[in-house]
Order: sequence, then C-alpha cells, then structure tokens
Amino acid sequence: MGPANETELAELIRGANGPLDLRGGGTRVAWRPVRGEVVSTAGLSGVHLYEPGALTLVVGAGTPVAEVERVLAEKGQRLAFEPMDARKLMGTDGVPTIGGLIAANVSGPRRVQAGAARDVLLGVRFVDGAGQVVKNGGRVMKNVTGYDLVKLMAGSFGTLGVLTEVALKVMAVPQAEATLVARGLGTAEALTTLRAALATPFDVSGAAHAGFGGGETLLRVEGMAGSVAYRAERLRAGLCAGWDLVEGAESAALWRAVRDVAALAGSGEAVWRISTVPGRAAGLTAALAAGGLGHRALYDWGGGLIWLGVPAEGDGGAAAIRAAVQAAGGHATLVRAPEAIHDRVPMFQPQAAGIERLAAGLRARFDPKGILNPGLMGGRTREVAA
Amino acid sequence: MQMPAPDPHVLARKPELVARLRAVLPRDAVIDDPAETRAYECDALTAYRCPPLCAVLPASTAEVAAVLEICHAMDVPVVPRGSGTSLAGGALPTGDCVILGVARMNAVLETDYDNRFIRVQTGRTNLSVTGAVEAEGFFYAPDPSSQLACAIAGNIAMNSGGAHCLKYGVTTNNLMGVTMVTMAGEVLEIGGPWMDPGGLDLLGVICGSEGQLGVVTEAVLRILPKPEGARPVLMGFASNEVAGACVRDIIEAGVLPVAIEFMDRPCIRATEAFAGAGYPDCEALLIVEVEGSDDEIAEQLEVILAIARRHDPVALRESRSADESARIWLGRKSAFGAMGQINDYMCLDGTIPVSALPEVLHRIGEMSKHYGLEVANVFHAGDGNMHPLILFDANRPGDLETCEAMGAEILKLCVEVGGCLTGEHGVGIEKRDLMNVQYDPVDLEAQMAVKDVFDPKWLLNPAKVFPLGASAGRREGSRAAQ
Repeated sequence: MGPANETELAELIRGANGPLDLRGGGTRVAWRPVRGEVVSTAGLSGVHLYEPGALTLVVGAGTPVAEVERVLAEKGQRLAFEPMDARKLMGTDGVPTIGGLIAANVSGPRRVQAGAARDVLLGVRFVDGAGQVVKNGGRVMKNVTGYDLVKLMAGSFGTLGVLTEVALKVMAVPQAEATLVARGLGTAEALTTLRAALATPFDVSGAAHAGFGGGETLLRVEGMAGSVAYRAERLRAGLCAGWDLVEGAESAALWRAVRDVAALAGSGEAVWRISTVPGRAAGLTAALAAGGLGHRALYDWGGGLIWLGVPAEGDGGAAAIRAAVQAAGGHATLVRAPEAIHDRVPMFQPQAAGIERLAAGLRARFDPKGILNPGLMGGRTREVAA
Repeated sequence: MQMPAPDPHVLARKPELVARLRAVLPRDAVIDDPAETRAYECDALTAYRCPPLCAVLPASTAEVAAVLEICHAMDVPVVPRGSGTSLAGGALPTGDCVILGVARMNAVLETDYDNRFIRVQTGRTNLSVTGAVEAEGFFYAPDPSSQLACAIAGNIAMNSGGAHCLKYGVTTNNLMGVTMVTMAGEVLEIGGPWMDPGGLDLLGVICGSEGQLGVVTEAVLRILPKPEGARPVLMGFASNEVAGACVRDIIEAGVLPVAIEFMDRPCIRATEAFAGAGYPDCEALLIVEVEGSDDEIAEQLEVILAIARRHDPVALRESRSADESARIWLGRKSAFGAMGQINDYMCLDGTIPVSALPEVLHRIGEMSKHYGLEVANVFHAGDGNMHPLILFDANRPGDLETCEAMGAEILKLCVEVGGCLTGEHGVGIEKRDLMNVQYDPVDLEAQMAVKDVFDPKWLLNPAKVFPLGASAGRREGSRAAQ
C-alpha cells in the first residue's frame, strides 16, 4: 500500500492488525523475519523547506535521495554523511528514499569527519505503531528541548514508527578534493597509517583500504583549494611518502566505489558490516582467517568499519564473526545473504540482556500492536518468529 | 515555580534510609546534617532552593549502583548532580530526595590516541578532559561557557553545546559510549569506542535526558587532533539586520568557521565597561573564528572579509597575534560576568532559524519596552542559539516574576518562528511548564514513554522536563503503589 500523505498513513496504521513491511525504496533491507503487508512511504515526497543560508532542509520521508541531492546541488550543498547507494551491493532496483536512509542510519566514508546520518538529523515527524503522529526535535541546529527521540528514530529501521518528515543539517560542497593512493600495502600497515593520518590536524575526510584485489589504500582531504593542496602535501611529506595524488572527478569516483561497497557487488557471498575499534580491525580479520573463515575484507573509517564478504554457506560465518566482534568490541550486521542463512541468523548483533530489555520495552511502547517490521531488530530469526 | 510536595512517607523514613546508605558507602560520603545538605540546595539557577533529604558522594560505579538499589527499594526520589552549574534547575532537589553527586568520580580511566578516544569517570570537569590529552595535541570539542567547573555527567545529561559546535557538534556528536546505572541499580554498558550503535540508539536518547533515565558514571568521549592554529576576526555593523545577513552570506558561501558569535549594543556597552576589550560602539558585533595553518586561515578569511565588506561594516578587525585574538574574545567571554556586575539577570537559551534573527531581535526590543526590563543579546549566531539576558533587580518585589513572564514570552517567540525553547541549557524546571508550547500532548507522551521504560517508578529527577500536570499520574503512581 502507498499512502499519499501522513494522515492516510496514520489511518492505515491505526486500522492495521497484522504485520506491516515498511519500506522507503526497498533498496537496503530485503529480508524480513515476518512477512507483512508492504507499506511504502514513497507517496510522502517533496521538499517542505530549504534554507541554504541556515544549512537546513526539511523533506517528506519518501522523497527520493536523488531528488534531495539535486535540490541541494543547485545551491552548492550536499548531504555531508555521504550515504551509500545500496542497490548494486544488494541487487535491488527500487528508488532510494531519504526516509529509508535515516531509518537505517546509513553513513558513508565521510562519517569519520562529518558524522553519521543521525548526527545531522535535526527533527522528525513519524507515525507510531498506534497510528499517532508524533514530532520531535525541530529544524534548528541546537535543540535540547525534551528527550532526543530524533536519534532514537535514526537507525530504528521502522520498528518504533514510520518516518513521515525529516529535517536535516546540510553542508556546502567544498571547492576541492584530493585523494592520496597507495597500492600493495598489507592490511595492518595500511590501517596503522590511516589511523595516524586521522590523528593529524589535516582534517582527513576519508580513510579506506581494500584487503584484496591489489588492495588500494585511500586518504581524502576536502576543502578550499589552497588548503587541500597544503594538507595533501603535508601528508605526502610525512605519513604518505610516495603515495600518488588523485584529484577532482577521479578522486570522487574512487570514493563512490568505497561508499557503495562496489568490490563486493554481484558476488554470491554473504556480506557483513562490522563496526569496531579501528585499531583492532586488522587483528579481527586476521583471527577470522586463521580460524578458517575464507573472507574478503574492505575497510573504511580507518578500520572502524569492515565490509566482509564470506562464502554463503552454513551460517554465513555468523558464529565466528559475532564472537570475534564481541571480543574486539562493536557489532556485526548481516547485510546480504541467501534466505536460508537469513532465516537462521539474526540480522543485528545480539545485545546484552539489560540493553535488549530496554530496547524491547521501547518497541512495546512505540508499537503496542507489534506490527512495525516485527522481529527485524531484537535478535529474532524467521525460525523463532514462525 | 511549583515543585511537588515532599512525600511524608519518605521523610518519615529518613533515619532508616541514612543507615542503609551508610552501610554501603564510606562515612564521609553520606551527608544528612541539615547544616551540610544546604550546600546542595540549588544549582546555578539560584532563584530556587530546597535542601535535599540527604546527599551521597559515591566514588565508583558499584557504589552508585548500591545507592540506587536502596533508593529504588525504598521509593526515594534521586536527583543526580554533576557540578551544579545547571542554569535550568536540572539539579534542584526536592525535600524528599537524595542528591547523588558524582564529584568524587573524576578519574581518567583510559586514553587511546591511536583510536582517538578517552574514557573518564563523569565527575571529571569538561576542561580537564582536554587537559588530560592536550599534551599529545588533542582536545575534547564541546566547550560550554562553564567548562572550567561543569562535569561531563552534567554535559551528557543536558547534551551541552558551546561556542565551537558550529563545526564540532554538541555532546551527543562526541559521545561514543557510557556506563550507566539504572534506577533499579543495574549497570549497563552502552556503546563504546566504535561508531554507531548495534541496535536502537539508546545512547542518543540517554544524552540530553536530564538525568531522568539513569546515572551515567563513565563515558567514552571522542577526542580530536588540535588544529594547527585559530584566528578570530571582529566585525561591527550598523544594524542587527545587516549582521544577520552577513552571517547568512558567510554560511551560504560554503566557508565553515568554527564559531560565529553575535553581541548587540546593550551587551557591547556592558562588556566594554566591564572588560575594556576595545570593542567598537555599534549596533551589532560579530566574532568569526576560523582554524587551520596560517595559509589556510588567510584563505578562509579572505572570503569572509570580502563578504563582510559588502555589508558596509563600521568596524573590521583582523587579529594579527595571540594577544589580539585574546582581546577580541575577551569581551565575549566576559559578557555574563559583565551583566552580573550591573544587575541580576536571567539568561535564556532559545534557538531560532538564523533567518529569523532580525525579526526576533526587533520583537525582543519591543517586549523590553513593554515590560520595562533591559535585555542584552549575546548568542551563537552560526547555529541560531540565542542567549538574551534579561536584567532585573532581585531585591525589588515583583521584578523576578516580571522577568520570568517576559522570558516565557521570548521563548514562545522562538518556537513561533520555527525554533525551540532551549538550545543547550536544558529544560530542567525553568522551561518545564513551557513544554506545551513546543510539543503537543502526544509528543510529550512519546517522550515520557521512554522514561516509563528506563525508570518505571519515576524516581529519577522526576519533577523536571515535563509539565508537572503532564507527569503527575506517573510520579504519583509510584507512591500510590506503596
């Protein structure tokens, strides 16, 4: 179903008694533990307010990301968190929406410098599981009026409510960008250099390494032209001696590939997204390999984000990966897998009992009928849900 | 300002409560002598005072858990307290509460420059977090004006900001994990030195919950490499409108200063008389600061100064030395002290869309005439966070009430133009009863539902944030169950 506006969506949810499968463009999370009636927010589209001089954009949650980017580009601005386009990796073909991005808290390589999707989310309107329209936050940069449900909604994957409108802080597109490129570095050495670069005052806005296929290591700086040249030079004079320099469109293309995890697109592997302590990333993947897990790893955020492609068999590496991540600190999300694996592996890393109790309590309060993407978060599998 | 009447059942059980607290804490960590509890009767919102039943000063997460378990079992309200610098009454006690002060928990537990984080106990002051890492060239970004005194615990409770959050964000953007004790005494580890949560963003809702969801005892904070340098430029303008337009144009040009501060004429005059920073006598003044190497600073300032010149500045002063930079900041940093020198004042904290600035300042001027109280405006212009200071005389009967009425009207105006009641100070008791202006009952219910989950008995800092009428059923529910 595709409600045309917030009121229709609220009526629909008030009247619903069975599970709902809530979607923006349906490009990111293909799997659901409980099959439900599909509800698309694509009808809730449109720019409600745009003030370039205040860096503020308010849009309907169903607005296509491409439309948001087009509107911003006209004024030389953009979404600073560099959201990935998941379609190639996931093999999906819908139209990505801004609400879907926010519901999944999708952040790309610039996360290390500009923050996550949740960090630029200023306000939300949503329909909760009882069909009530709730607002929180606003459209100003600083707002501590009451509880920050804005953050809670980001990354809640529709389980606490269906976003209808989001207010975002946007940023200017900088004059220039440059990327330093090294080839053939070992993972440990590459990540050590990336971390060291992130600890310089040179405002690095991208730090990625491919652990396979000839392994490029990338460092990006952005800003005013003179400043970019200066910082790239300082890095090449020190940490990155001998690295190549790539600028402009060529640099941007490198980062689109990192952002969209292009190197794992189209393969038959199961794909994991791991958030961990950057300095423990190399050890984590090495231990998994030593334990017999064949994998291909891409590293972003200086090692803080690992994309892991593993053979799509058995549990897709779930037991080994989740145990290793638990030990190192962080969490692992099963992003892409055949149904057979998805059905027996919870998508999100199981959490400590006390935390899961709070999360379950929140879901029960915001979705008393248990109909909003039921079971998607909270460690359930289809086997358990069925 | 109304506060709920103390619960006679709790008052009657004070001796038992104190005995049980003494059994789990060192002798000097339980304060119950009325002569000593007085030290905790207020925070920086000094117009309201009430000594607590007793105060405790635990030194570890385990001691905090023990205290909360006892209070939970005995249905005693608990008001957590950082350094007591809240301007919103966030740490104001009730007569039947235990003040839980985190001041003794001020250790640095771990510094990790390779992964760029520090783990501290939350009684540590904001500035001393930076102090612990600056020798290695790092800093902790959120910088509230009270940073010398305020504790990280309070920063997390109020999601504190500061002058430099235009570039670096506020507390929530720099907080990676917490150790938190629930009202029932359960110790939870939420988040850690990695990015983004693995489930619902509980950390995001804990930050800014004004001590109502749990007591945060330890925090993992993001630290950043210090920029190579920073330089402010001072600009004077003939009107607030022109200064506002200049701010808009700077932001629209794509330069991102770390700070854009604004002062109006009454504020300039007062600070000039107090601090003698050499500010020009003009209607509106901006301080814009940029960071980087010398060449990078020059590159940014060239753009910024060109924009400023298009707005016919009456003064334009670029710093050429550390001493000149300090002088440019001197007046701004003395603004609150200067006001305190002349008068009692009430400091508001609403945020407005930057585009509404001229209209809001104009209407505040009209209110000032109507109420007969002077207002000086100083604020973080880059992000629209206003700090109107209403001057009044606490010794003149009725002045405080007039001041509060005018303050409420200014905050309503902030909401009316698309802003909010509080940008960085928090709701506390000060703005509690104005929450209905910004939020509908269903919006407040959704927020209170979060507290229901974290603190079902509503014992943690219960009379804050939500209008008393809205939270009455929940607060009294726990008593009725006795």
